Amino acid sequence: MSKLNKSNSELDLDRPNIEDYLPSGSLQDSHPKLRLRDLLDISPTLTEAAGAIVDDSFTRCFKSNPPEPWNWNVYLFPLWCLGVVVRYGVLFPLRAIVLTTGWIIFLSCYFPVHFLLKGHDKLRKRLERGLVELICSFFVASWTGVVKYHGPRPSMRPKQVFVANHTSMIDFIILEQMTAFAVIMQKHPGWVGLLQSTILESLGCIWFNRSESKDREIVARKLREHVNGADNNPLLIFPEGTCVNNHYTVMFKKGAFELGCTVCPIAIKYNKIFVDAFWNSRKQSFTTHLLQLMTSWAVVCDVWYLEPQNLKPGETPIEFAERVRDIISVRAGLKKVPWDGYLKYSRPSPKLRERKQQSFAESVLRHLEQK
Amino acid sequence: MGSASSVLTQYDIEEVEEHCDHLFTQQEIVSLYERFCQLDKNAKGFISADEFLSVPEFALNPLSHRLLKMVDGLNFKDFVAFLSAFSSKPTLPQKIEIIFKVYDTDCNGKVTFSDLIEVLHDLTGSFMSDKQREEVLSQLLHEAGYTKESSLLFNDFVKILDSPGLKMEVEVPVD
Repeated sequence: MSKLNKSNSELDLDRPNIEDYLPSGSLQDSHPKLRLRDLLDISPTLTEAAGAIVDDSFTRCFKSNPPEPWNWNVYLFPLWCLGVVVRYGVLFPLRAIVLTTGWIIFLSCYFPVHFLLKGHDKLRKRLERGLVELICSFFVASWTGVVKYHGPRPSMRPKQVFVANHTSMIDFIILEQMTAFAVIMQKHPGWVGLLQSTILESLGCIWFNRSESKDREIVARKLREHVNGADNNPLLIFPEGTCVNNHYTVMFKKGAFELGCTVCPIAIKYNKIFVDAFWNSRKQSFTTHLLQLMTSWAVVCDVWYLEPQNLKPGETPIEFAERVRDIISVRAGLKKVPWDGYLKYSRPSPKLRERKQQSFAESVLRHLEQK
Repeated sequence: MGSASSVLTQYDIEEVEEHCDHLFTQQEIVSLYERFCQLDKNAKGFISADEFLSVPEFALNPLSHRLLKMVDGLNFKDFVAFLSAFSSKPTLPQKIEIIFKVYDTDCNGKVTFSDLIEVLHDLTGSFMSDKQREEVLSQLLHEAGYTKESSLLFNDFVKILDSPGLKMEVEVPVD
């Protein structure tokens, strides 16, 4: 889009032609002469507004659809009760034990390695990577995670980033158990934040803060530095910027696509029959989310490592981002919506409304000139 | 957040159906209730302006603030009654009534030249000058047999907007 300005505080920099997705409000071209009726008839605009009140594609992305209740009849209800007893009384304690064992092993190995091998960086890094992969495997086991990985495993090469669609923070854990990525994440409070600042820091993870507008430049710089370093862990980015409910993808932020390196897409799809893995961060804390996973039957998902993509000649980073989003959405069976994920936290920029106004105004003026 | 029909009784559905003159089917009313609960985040019984504006597709509509005035703070029954103008069944006058209300901001039953200019301003923003808007509107009013000073009444709107029929239908997703 030629009209994009370079101001860093605008949220809609990452959005290509939204008019392709939304209906436009211009006049009918079948009547060459402009009549009073054409100006008075605001029904298309009103219909769009009412349509948005009744159903809109943005809210649908963050709706956790509860599964159909199946336990309502006299045969199935006792079965369901038995299931609850097994899940909470048998599986959950077993899983909690597995997870605690994992943590004990991890912590007792991690701290000695971290402090004693301070001088031997290469060895220390390798051991730390192995240990992080180990604790992630314990996590996945604690939800009885059944993960099928398709495609070639990520390799450690410079000048490449990995991008994936985002459903929950467990995406990171599931990918991490296979490869120790360095990820770029929102800094969280609580025990998660503690883990972030100690263990994940050593992997080379990068933190950002959604609410700070200047943050974008700092983060962009850190991304570039990381990718150019030969020794750094492969970088994993979730370009949606927020958790989406695994039925849709929102627009990808272009930051990952303008680093001048190869982008390797990863698609993740959870099987909802077992559990709905969508983490609605406004409704649940991460701890509640984990507990919910640990008291379900299993977490079943597919992970596809897709073919690495490069910026095509003449392609802008935004088009590149859309192309990769297309590849991921097709592979994981997700529908695309034209909204920026950050609209969860803020209002749309007035530019979009202005585009609609502009197209209507131009259409009126055009009809006038035809007299 | 259980299923909607467990909270809405059959009596409630029939009452709402009555209130909206049977313009929505019972299934559509149930779907609308689910949507209402989805937008009304803390179950207050009405949807606040802020919650409407959190729907980006609504927020970027040029006429959203006018509709917002009409729909802000409505309870579910009135919400459905408001949306019934957008169902598949209303008569032409029922549809025109909502258009008239959007124009008639001071609710005195008359739409003046300045009301018309204001709505045209919302629709065109800064892409037409005030002078251009005035010119276009005066010219079109004149051609239709009105003047700048005349106030349009509801019947005038019906006359002007009659042909060839108003398309103003919104589909309620029914699962």
